[in-house]
Amino acid sequence: MNKEMVYLDNSAVTRLDKNVLKAMQPYFFDTYAVATSEFAYTMGIEAKEALNKARMKIAESLGAKKEELIFTSGTTESNNLALKGIMYNQKEKGHLIVSEIENFSVLNTAQRLEKEGYDVSYIGVDGEGKIKFEELKAEIREDTVLVSIQHANQEIGTVQNIKKIAKLLKDKNILFHTDATHTFRRIPIDVSEVPVDLITISAHTIHGPRGIGALFKKDSVKIQKIMNGGFQENNLRAGVENIPAAVGFAKAVELITEEENKKLKNMRDKLIERIEAEIDDVTLNGSRKDRIPQNANITFHYVEGESITLHLDMRGFAVSTGSACFSKSLEASHVILGIGGDHVRAHGSIRFTFSRYNNDQDVEKVVTAIKEVVENLREISPLGKKGSEKNEFSLQ
Amino acid sequence: MNSPYSDKVIQYFQNPKNVGDIEDPDGVAKEGSPACGDMVQLHLKVDEKTQLIEDIKFRSYGCASNIATGSIITEMAKGSSIDEAKEISWQQAADELGGLPAVKNHCSVLAVDALKEAIRDYEEKNGLIKEQLPTTIEVVKERLKHVMNPIHGLDVLHTNLISNIEIDNNIILIDVDLDEDHQFAPVVKEDILEKLEHRWDIKKVKVSFQK
Repeated sequence: MNKEMVYLDNSAVTRLDKNVLKAMQPYFFDTYAVATSEFAYTMGIEAKEALNKARMKIAESLGAKKEELIFTSGTTESNNLALKGIMYNQKEKGHLIVSEIENFSVLNTAQRLEKEGYDVSYIGVDGEGKIKFEELKAEIREDTVLVSIQHANQEIGTVQNIKKIAKLLKDKNILFHTDATHTFRRIPIDVSEVPVDLITISAHTIHGPRGIGALFKKDSVKIQKIMNGGFQENNLRAGVENIPAAVGFAKAVELITEEENKKLKNMRDKLIERIEAEIDDVTLNGSRKDRIPQNANITFHYVEGESITLHLDMRGFAVSTGSACFSKSLEASHVILGIGGDHVRAHGSIRFTFSRYNNDQDVEKVVTAIKEVVENLREISPLGKKGSEKNEFSLQ
Repeated sequence: MNSPYSDKVIQYFQNPKNVGDIEDPDGVAKEGSPACGDMVQLHLKVDEKTQLIEDIKFRSYGCASNIATGSIITEMAKGSSIDEAKEISWQQAADELGGLPAVKNHCSVLAVDALKEAIRDYEEKNGLIKEQLPTTIEVVKERLKHVMNPIHGLDVLHTNLISNIEIDNNIILIDVDLDEDHQFAPVVKEDILEKLEHRWDIKKVKVSFQK
C-alpha cells in the first residue's frame, strides 16, 4: 500500500494508536493468563485486576459503574446481545421498535427476531436522518419491550436526540438501547443524566484494537445470554476474556481529548465548506448542525460513487460510497434511501470520515482531487449540464 | 495489488475514448438507468452509401467496467459495417478488455446493448427493417432480457423475476415477483415499459407487482 495514502474511511475502522499497542503488549507476553479468581495464581489475579481496571475506566467514561459493562467482540455482538438478550428474557414474545437507518447488526437482528415470531416496528426518519418522534410515540404499544435507536448514523453522521427519546421511554417504562459506536468519546453520554438502559460501544472507531467492544447494561436491567459457555462477564458473555484488547480499549478511551474532537470538527467543516463553494450540484447528506465531528457525506450529482472512489484511490485517498456498485449486495444505501433520497442520490454519495491521523493538508488535498475527479466524470456523464440530457434528473 | 479490474479496464477508465455526443446522430440509444447506478448513451453516424459506422460516441454514468466497456465497444464498432457491429458480443468486448469481474456483468453488458439498440434505431428511422414481426411471448421474453434485475445485476428473466407473461388484445400483461413497495419496483417497471411500449402492435403494457 502507498504510504502517502490519505485515509478517510475512519468510520469503517481507525488505525491503532501505537500507545494503545504499547499498553496491550504486556498482556500478550507477560501477564497473559486468563482472569482467575483471587484464590488462584498471581498472574491470573493480576490479569483480572487489569481487566477490571479497564472495565472501570471505560464505564466511568459513560458515567456508569464497572459492574454495568459487559465486554464483547464489538458492535455487532453488543447489538445482538442487547436486542436478543432483552427480547428472549420476556415471558411473552414482546414488541421491538428500531429505526430504519440502523446499522445492519441491529436491522438484521430485528429481522431475525421477526422470523422467530416477535413483532418489530421500523421508525422512519426525516430528510436529515432524525427519527420521526411522533411516529415513535404512535408505535408504542402495551407490549413494547425495547426501543433501539442509534446515537448517530454510520453513514450520514446524524445525531439523534437521545435525551428526548430516553425520557419518553422512561415515562412509559420501556427499555431503551442505543448503538453509540460512532459517538462514543466524540459526543458525551452520561447515563447518570440520560436514562438509557443499554449502550453499544466499540474500540475500533477510536484507535483501539478491533475485536473488542462492550455493552453497557444498567444493573437493574435483566438480559439473557446469547452464547452458551463459561461464566465470564458476570455469566452474560461466555468465552476467554480478551484482556489485552480490553486494556487497549481503555487506553484508547483515555487518549481521546476534547481538543481532538474540535480538530475533527474543524476538518469536517472546512471540507464541507470548500466542496459546497467550489463544486456545483452537490448535496450534503445528513444534518448540518447535529452531526458527529468526524463525518461529512456528500452527493456529487450526475456521477457514480464507485467511479469516484476508484479515481480517488488511484490518487491515494480512501473514502467510501453509498453506491450499489460499491457494495457487496449491489443495493444502494438504505440510509440515503431512508432520508428520502432517491437511488441517484445514493449512487453519487461519498462518505469522508476523519481521525486523529488526518490534518488540514489532507482536507486541502482531497478537495483538490475530488474537484478534478468529479469534473472529469461529469465530462463523460450523459446526465447534468455537461451531458446531453440537461437536468433531466432534478436535484433534491 | 490485486485489483478486480484488468490493467486495460483501468486504462480505459482513466482515458476513455470516443466520449461525447454527435450532432444530428443517425442512431441513438440509451441503456440502463441512473436509478440502477449505470447508464450508457450512444450516438452513431452511418455512411448512407457504404453502411459503415463513420463515427460513434458514448457517455457513461456508471462504474469503471461500464465506462471501459463503453469505450472499447465504440473503438470496435468504428469503421465497421452496421451488420458487423451488430454481431459484437459482450464476450468479445470483455475479452478485448482482458476480462471483467463477474459481478459487474450487468454494468458492462449495457454498452453492448446500447450499440445494438442504436443500430436498430438507425434501421428503423431509415426504413431498413422490412417486416414488422407481431409481438409474441417469445418476442417479449427477448426484450425482457434487456431489463436488469438490480438485486442480482442480471436480467429479469434469468433471475426468475418475471412470474407470468400474457398477451391479450394488443395488451401485454407482465407479473413481477417483487413486492410493490420494494426499492427497485419503480425502476424495474420503468425499464420494462421502455422496452415494450413502442412496439407497433401493442396498445398498452401492464406491469403488476406483488401486493
